[in-house]
Amino acid sequence: MGKYILKRLGLLIPTLLGVITLVFFMIALSPGDPARVMLGERASAEQLARLRADMGLDRPLHQQYFSYLGRIAHFDLGKSITTGRPVVKEIMELFPATMELAFFAMLIASVAGIIIGVISATRRNTMVDYVSMVGALFGVSMPVFWLGLVLIMIFSVFFDFFPTGGRMNIRYYMETITNFYLIDSLIAVFKTGDWHYLGSALKHLILPAVALGTIPLAIIARTTRSSMLEVLKQDYVKTARAAGIPERKVVYRYALKNALLPIITVIGIQFGLLLSGAILTETIFAWPGIGKWIYHSISARDYPAVQGGIIVISTVFVLINLLVDILYSVVNPKVRLK
Amino acid sequence: MKRSIMFLSIALVLLLAVPMAFAGGEKEAASSAGGDGKMGGTLVFARSGDSVGLDPARETDGESFYGATAVFDNLVEFVPGKTEVRPALAESWEVADDNLSVTFKLRRGVKFHDGTDFTADAVVFTFERQFKEDHPYYNLGPWKYWGYMDMSNIVDEVVAVDDYTVRFDLKKPEAPFLANLAMDFAGIVSPAAVEKLGEDFKNKPVGTGPFKFVEWRKDDAIIFERNKDYWADDVYLDRLILRVIPDATARWLALQKGEVDVVDFPSAQDLQAMKNDPKVKVMQQEGLNVGYLAFNTTKKPFDNKLVRQALNYAINKEEIITAVYGSAGTPAKNPLPPTMWSYNDDIKDYPYDPAKAKQLLAQAGFPNGFSTQLWAMPVARPYNPNARKIAEIMQAQFAEIGVQTDIVSYEWGTYLDKTDNLEHDMAMLGWTGDNGDPDNFLWVLLSAPAAEPPAGNIAAWKNAEFTALLAEAKETMDQARRTELYRKAQEIFKEEAPWLTIAHSVVSIPMKNSVQGFHIYPTGKRVFRGVWIEK
Repeated sequence: MGKYILKRLGLLIPTLLGVITLVFFMIALSPGDPARVMLGERASAEQLARLRADMGLDRPLHQQYFSYLGRIAHFDLGKSITTGRPVVKEIMELFPATMELAFFAMLIASVAGIIIGVISATRRNTMVDYVSMVGALFGVSMPVFWLGLVLIMIFSVFFDFFPTGGRMNIRYYMETITNFYLIDSLIAVFKTGDWHYLGSALKHLILPAVALGTIPLAIIARTTRSSMLEVLKQDYVKTARAAGIPERKVVYRYALKNALLPIITVIGIQFGLLLSGAILTETIFAWPGIGKWIYHSISARDYPAVQGGIIVISTVFVLINLLVDILYSVVNPKVRLK
Repeated sequence: MKRSIMFLSIALVLLLAVPMAFAGGEKEAASSAGGDGKMGGTLVFARSGDSVGLDPARETDGESFYGATAVFDNLVEFVPGKTEVRPALAESWEVADDNLSVTFKLRRGVKFHDGTDFTADAVVFTFERQFKEDHPYYNLGPWKYWGYMDMSNIVDEVVAVDDYTVRFDLKKPEAPFLANLAMDFAGIVSPAAVEKLGEDFKNKPVGTGPFKFVEWRKDDAIIFERNKDYWADDVYLDRLILRVIPDATARWLALQKGEVDVVDFPSAQDLQAMKNDPKVKVMQQEGLNVGYLAFNTTKKPFDNKLVRQALNYAINKEEIITAVYGSAGTPAKNPLPPTMWSYNDDIKDYPYDPAKAKQLLAQAGFPNGFSTQLWAMPVARPYNPNARKIAEIMQAQFAEIGVQTDIVSYEWGTYLDKTDNLEHDMAMLGWTGDNGDPDNFLWVLLSAPAAEPPAGNIAAWKNAEFTALLAEAKETMDQARRTELYRKAQEIFKEEAPWLTIAHSVVSIPMKNSVQGFHIYPTGKRVFRGVWIEK
C-alpha cells in the first residue's frame, strides 16, 4: 500500500507538468496582451513596450516557457502581474477559504445526498421518491448565483438568521494563523476562551456551503439511488431478507456498503470540481477564495497567478483521487492497490 | 392580519422617514459650512473589488485609489463634489509670470502616520521617485499615472526652496498641471516609510491623510482608523472599513440588512427598490465620463461631414438610455460631462429625425445608404454598461435610413489595439476623466496630435481650428479665458460631428440615512473625510 501511494504521488509530477504546459500555452496563445489589459484605454506605445519588457513578454515564447518551468522547479511560482506580490503568498491567503467552503459544502452534500438517495431507493415509486428526485433535478439545474441570492434574501435579510456574506463579522479582529477560519477561531477558543469568533465563522459558512453544495447534493442523491437500486436487486439481499434480517440492517449494513463505490467516486470528482467551480458562490457571498481570484487573473492575463492557482487545484484534485482509490480498498476488500 | 400590520408599519415608517430625510439634508448643508459632524463610529463601505496596491503613484484602478485616498493628502485637493481645486498640504501657491514655475507654501506642523515630519523634502521625494531614473526608489515603479498624465513632458524639476517651500519648474506652460497635483498619483508619501518598507510600502502605506492604515485582508477588507493628529478637524469616523462584496445585488442585500453603511456601484435594476427603502438614501450625480460612437474620419464615407451628421440624426438616444442605462445614465450632447467646468449647455443636440438623416445622406451622395461595420466593446465599462445591446439598437435605427451595419466585437485588449490603430469604421468607446480638467477629455480624445496611431482620438478627426483652441487653452492659466476657449471648441465639435455622443453614466451611491456629509466626487474618488454617522 505504501509503495502504491508513493507511486501515485510520483505520477503527480508528469500530471502537473502536463497541466502547466497546457495552461501556459493556452494563455499565451489566447488573444489579448496582458500589458494592454493592465494599462487600458490610456496606454501609450512606450508604456506598453516598457511593461511588456518588464513582464518578459517580449521574449520568444519557448524562452518564457522554460524560464517559467525552471522557477517552478524551485517552488517559485513567481509574482502576480497585477499585484506584484508573490503568487504563493496570495494562494496561502485565499486557498484555505475555498478549501474550508468546499469541504463544508461536500460534508452537507454527502450526508444529505446519501440519506435522500437511500430513502428514495428503498421507497421506489412512492411519493417520497418522486419528490426527492424532482427535487434533485431542480438542484442540478439551479443556477448557483440565483440560489445564493434567494438564500440570502430569505435567511439573511428576511429572517436574520445568517449574515449576507464574508467569512467573519467585519468588525471583529481575529488573529489568523492558518487562514482556515474554523481552525483559527478554535485556536482562539483555546487561547482566550472566546467563542465569538467560532460562532461568527460558522454562521458565515452555512449559507454559502448550502449554495455550493446543492448541485453535488443532487448528483450524489441520484447516484446513491441508482446504485442502491442496483444492489437491492442482487441475490444476497434477497437471501438476507429471506433469512429474516431486519430491513434496516439489510439496507444500511449490507446494501449501502456495496453501493458506496460509485458514490465515493462521484464525491471525489465533485469535490475537485467544487474547488475550481466555487467562483459564483464566492462572488455572491463575498467569500475571499481562490476561484474568484483565478477568474480575475484570467481576465487580467496574469499568467503566474493563473498557473499557480491551477497547479494548486490540480495537486489537490490528484490527491483527492488518490484518497478515493484508497477508500475503495477500505470499502471493498476485493479491490487491491498495486 | 399579520400581513396588513406589516404593511401598515411600513407605511408608518415611510411617513415618518420622509420628513426625517429632508431634515437630514438640511443638516448636511449646514455641516459643510460649519463642520460640526459627530465624532465616532465605524463606517463600512461595500465595494465591488479589492485594491491592487495602496501606493497611489503605482496603481491605476479606482479600487486602489479608494484606499490610497484615505491614507494620503495632496498639495492641492478637489473641492468636495466639484472639479475645482483648493489648498491642502500646500496652503497657497504662486504662478511665475512666464507660467513656467509654480511655488507652493507648505502647511507647517503636519506629521506622517509614522511620526516623521512633513516637509518640502517629502514632496521632492514623492515626485522624483516617479521620474528621475537615478532615484533610489525609481525601480519600485512602473509609475503609470505619471506617464498617463504626460508629466515628464510637463515637469522639469521639483526643488525644495526651504523646509516649507517647494517650486515646480515646468518645461512648458500647462494649465491642467495644478489639477494633476490633486490626483491620486500625486499623494505625498512618507520618505522614511518608503525607505523602510521598500516594495512592501504598497501593502502598508504611510501618508499624512485623514485615516491610518491598519490591516489588509486580501479580497475581503481593508481597515483604517482615524488619524488623531490630522491637520483639519473634519475627520469624524473612528474606523473606516472598505469591504469587498463582488456582486451588486449582494451588496444591496448587505445594506438592507445593515451590515454595511454605503454601497458602491449599485446595479441599475436595484435602484428603484433602494429609492423606495425608507432606511436608505441614494445620492446621484453625473460621472466624469462620456460614452460615444466614433466615426473613423480617415475612411469613406465618414470623411464626409454630412454623413456623420446624418448618422447623428438617425439615432434615438432616449431609446438607448431607457433600454441600457435606465436611471443610471443621461443622454450626452457634448464630449464633456455636465459636472465639468466649461461645459457648454447652450449647445443643441441633433434631434432624432430619420427623414432629415435620409435627406443628408442623399445630399452626401448615398441616397440608398451604405454598408459598414459597427464595433462594440466586449466588456461593461463605467461609461457604457452594455455596448452590445446599444449596438443592436443602433443597428436597427441605422437600418431605417438605409445604413446596414455588421456588429463587430473583439476581446477587450484586442479591441483597444485595433481601435488605436484605426482599423474600425464606427466604434464605440468612452472615457473617464482623471483630473477634472476639460483638457483631459478634449485633448486626449479629439485633438489632431492624438489622431496618430496609437490614437486616443479614434475618430482620427483632425480639425485645425479645434486643435488650436485647445492648444491655447492648455497654455492659458486664466480659467475664465480657458472656459471661453473650451466652449467654442465644443461648438465646432458639435457641428463637425466626429462622434455620436451617447451618454454620461450617472454615479449612484446608496447609503443608510444615518450617513452624513458624503459627497460624490466627479473624479471618481471616494472620500471619507467629512463623513460622519448620525446616531
